[in-house]
Amino acid sequence: MVTNLLSYRRSGVADWIVQRFSALILAAYTIVMVVWLVVNGMELTFAQWQGFIGQTWMRIFTLLTILALASHAWIGLWTVATDYLKKRVIRVAFLGFVGVSLFGYVVWGIIILWGF
Amino acid sequence: MLVSVYRYNPETDREPYMQDVEVAISEGKDLMVLDVLNLMKEKDQSLSYRRSCREGVCGSDGVNMNGKNGLACITPLSEVVTNGKLVVRPLPGLPVIRDLVVDMGVFYKQYQRIKPYLQNSSPAASQERLQSPEDRAKLDGLYECILCACCSTSCPSFWWNPNKFVGPSGLLQAYRFLADSRDDATEERLADLDDPFSVFRCRGIMNCVSVCPKGLNPTKAIGHIRDMLLSRAT
Amino acid sequence: MTKLRKLSFDAIVIGGGGAGMRASLQMAQSGFKTACISKVFPTRSHTVSAQGGITCAIASADPDDDWRWHMYDTVKGSDYIGDQDAIEYMCSVGPEAVFELEHMGLPFSRFENGRIYQRPFGGQSKDYGKGGQAARTCAAADRTGHALLHTLYQANLKNETTFLNEWFAVDLVRNKEGQVVGVVAIEIETGEVVFIESKATVLATGGAGRIYASTTNAHINTGDGIGMALRAGYAMQDMEMWQFHPTGIYGAGTLVTEGCRGEGGYLINKDGERFMERYAPNAKDLAGRDVVARSMMTEILEGRGCGENGDHVHLKLDHLGKEIVHSRLPGITELSKTFAHVDPAVTPIPVVPTCHYMMGGIPTNVNGQAITQTDGKDTIIPGLYACGEAACVSVHGANRLGGNSLLDLVVFGRAAGIFIEEQLQQGIEYAIASSDDIDLAVGRLRALDANDKGENTATLKRELQSCMQNYFGVFRDGEYMKKGREELNALRERIAGIVIGDKSKAFNTARLEALELQNLFEVAEATAIAADERTESRGAHSRRDYPERDDKNWLCHSLYHPELKNLTKREVNFSPKTVETFEPKVRTY
Repeated sequence: MVTNLLSYRRSGVADWIVQRFSALILAAYTIVMVVWLVVNGMELTFAQWQGFIGQTWMRIFTLLTILALASHAWIGLWTVATDYLKKRVIRVAFLGFVGVSLFGYVVWGIIILWGF
Repeated sequence: MLVSVYRYNPETDREPYMQDVEVAISEGKDLMVLDVLNLMKEKDQSLSYRRSCREGVCGSDGVNMNGKNGLACITPLSEVVTNGKLVVRPLPGLPVIRDLVVDMGVFYKQYQRIKPYLQNSSPAASQERLQSPEDRAKLDGLYECILCACCSTSCPSFWWNPNKFVGPSGLLQAYRFLADSRDDATEERLADLDDPFSVFRCRGIMNCVSVCPKGLNPTKAIGHIRDMLLSRAT
Repeated sequence: MTKLRKLSFDAIVIGGGGAGMRASLQMAQSGFKTACISKVFPTRSHTVSAQGGITCAIASADPDDDWRWHMYDTVKGSDYIGDQDAIEYMCSVGPEAVFELEHMGLPFSRFENGRIYQRPFGGQSKDYGKGGQAARTCAAADRTGHALLHTLYQANLKNETTFLNEWFAVDLVRNKEGQVVGVVAIEIETGEVVFIESKATVLATGGAGRIYASTTNAHINTGDGIGMALRAGYAMQDMEMWQFHPTGIYGAGTLVTEGCRGEGGYLINKDGERFMERYAPNAKDLAGRDVVARSMMTEILEGRGCGENGDHVHLKLDHLGKEIVHSRLPGITELSKTFAHVDPAVTPIPVVPTCHYMMGGIPTNVNGQAITQTDGKDTIIPGLYACGEAACVSVHGANRLGGNSLLDLVVFGRAAGIFIEEQLQQGIEYAIASSDDIDLAVGRLRALDANDKGENTATLKRELQSCMQNYFGVFRDGEYMKKGREELNALRERIAGIVIGDKSKAFNTARLEALELQNLFEVAEATAIAADERTESRGAHSRRDYPERDDKNWLCHSLYHPELKNLTKREVNFSPKTVETFEPKVRTY
């Protein structure tokens, strides 16, 4: 029988859906960015950039993307870690580092977006 | 022809090694790999491997031949030998008991895990349960599995997590019962599979499909299970 | 002597094929501590190779079908030396046993109305031979044995049978009173020798087709149960009766199901003539297997065989069309491509009669109890049971009908299970085996390990197989058989003295192959003596020097006694319980 360690007891379906859904958000965000950059040309000013990001819809969209990126990365790296890092201590340490980093990035992102 | 075969006897060898043997094969004959192993065993009786039906239906002699898993009894030399050399190793990823004999315990455990038997809570009829030819056709490509383990032992996800990922063979069988119109334990079966490992470790690289000696398609079956899990969740 | 580890069970079944697993399932369901001991993982057993189906009057193809018609066919097919009480039991209980399999999940093919698909097989008729060809063989495409074996394994998993997989039974253990109280077995992975004690021991070890050089049988079909019983001194019944399947793939020996002919295929000689029309004007290619095999051999011997050497005939299927061939016979398509390099939907398959099935075996009653004879009277061997191909109930007599072997397995595996269950409920008293008793059973193994001068298994096996092939094949002749017996006599000592080139413990297949060869030899010797002494032609036993059936002297079973190496006669049962006796008639198709 498969022994479900605490950290494994999740729904595989939920993971699978989150992974695909977050990928869609990341793709959409990428497209928006690329299109905006192409339209606005290469000679960007800081004001232009800030103006674009600073719009409310863009702030929400960016935040959503940061959250999508974090969950996408978490599921992906958790999967990779459970495949290849067979020593529990190493795996927990690695995932701990990943978790803290991702949390840090999310907080930092929020500060950037809403802090000006 | 030069045959390089994996040898390991737990009583005498500290570690496994490859043994090169020159095997005389009469011209114009396209022997099966099993025939070659038999010839080698006549010369050296200590060579161990499993075999039974010699026609590809019992699934005993799954081995790795020149890097690809298959059944020795239905794999002609012309299909695998490159540069006049045949390399035979045990199925990868399972503990070796001796020579080409692997311990299939974890493989069978994953098979048992999916409850590979028909479950139907309604009392049995005095005759057979009826099933339309169309419903029966849904089992084609599933029930033919011979449990040779060629697929699961060619699957990296199974190598990394043999205790948690059911593996292509087990999942093919899981779907064989999910797809059977006579089985009514669908909900329980799906609930048992809904974790991040059992099904979702399949990344669809289709090694299983490329090695299956019966031409079955576990990846497709896994896709069906995933669809069922998704529609159950939403 | 070092003391062996001991395992104890209420009942053990030796053999994990169809019969063995049906028996163990029955007992496991009743809650008794049951073990199934198998030298291979159960789904590797030879039942897996059965193709065409399981013959049974479930009245699906024909709603008016009657088990009595099936019984008539089986009695006639047996050339009247099948026991009619046993055949009656098999044919009447059959439908129940088949429906049970379906309930367990066996993926039978289906008719439009949702019932189990049935196809015509050789020797089948309606209305006691008067109503034409019947279609009575229930099929799961052409993989019925595979489907059946896996289903039974699955049912055993569900009922938590104990499996001792990859354990090799060496010899029976008997106590002072002569009761069989278990076996000595080798755990193959470790090489450890263990005494497995049991109140009931069922031999379901299958056939021994490997006594012949050319056989449809798996490498593992080495008659281990027959060997054990013969060494214990028990008599064997009808050992001269070996079925040669008409359609083994030329060269490879792998089986091509009779279902091919059931679906409309037929045999042709080098002139393209459908020769079975001459030998069996009514049933043609669906005559009894013995009849078809002999006709094929006659064609070959008279110079009408196909190929460069004229040593085989062709099985033609291409006229059926790709659709039918690939959907109804997918396994055959695969096998033909692999072993004969032809696609049967396009090119005929080269085939030749090939050793397929042992009709004889350990004589039993319908409860699976093993029987031996003392002073010409039947006596039950306490503690010993047999079912499946290893047993001779006898439902097949001198010639088995296609599809009847799978029915035999499930019906009599089940029957033995039910009977042992009852016995266990009533309580079985027996004396515990002493260390001397156990020692006796380890003797052969010890002798083999002690041998250091002698020949190797491969050479001796080849000699044995070619001797049997040459002198005891489809056609037999007293003069040749004498020669064969002499060769066998010379082989006995040599085979007892095999030297194994590897004496290590873990997964030592060299030791197993030597033990298997010794079992094969026991079977071969019994076959040779029985064949030589039955001076008539009946069913599969066809003698040039005695070409006629001799009901006056030989409408009986033969019983081979290993200690005296002689043959006695045993009465055939002509007393079915619910139908009238089928009297012997001239057998034509």
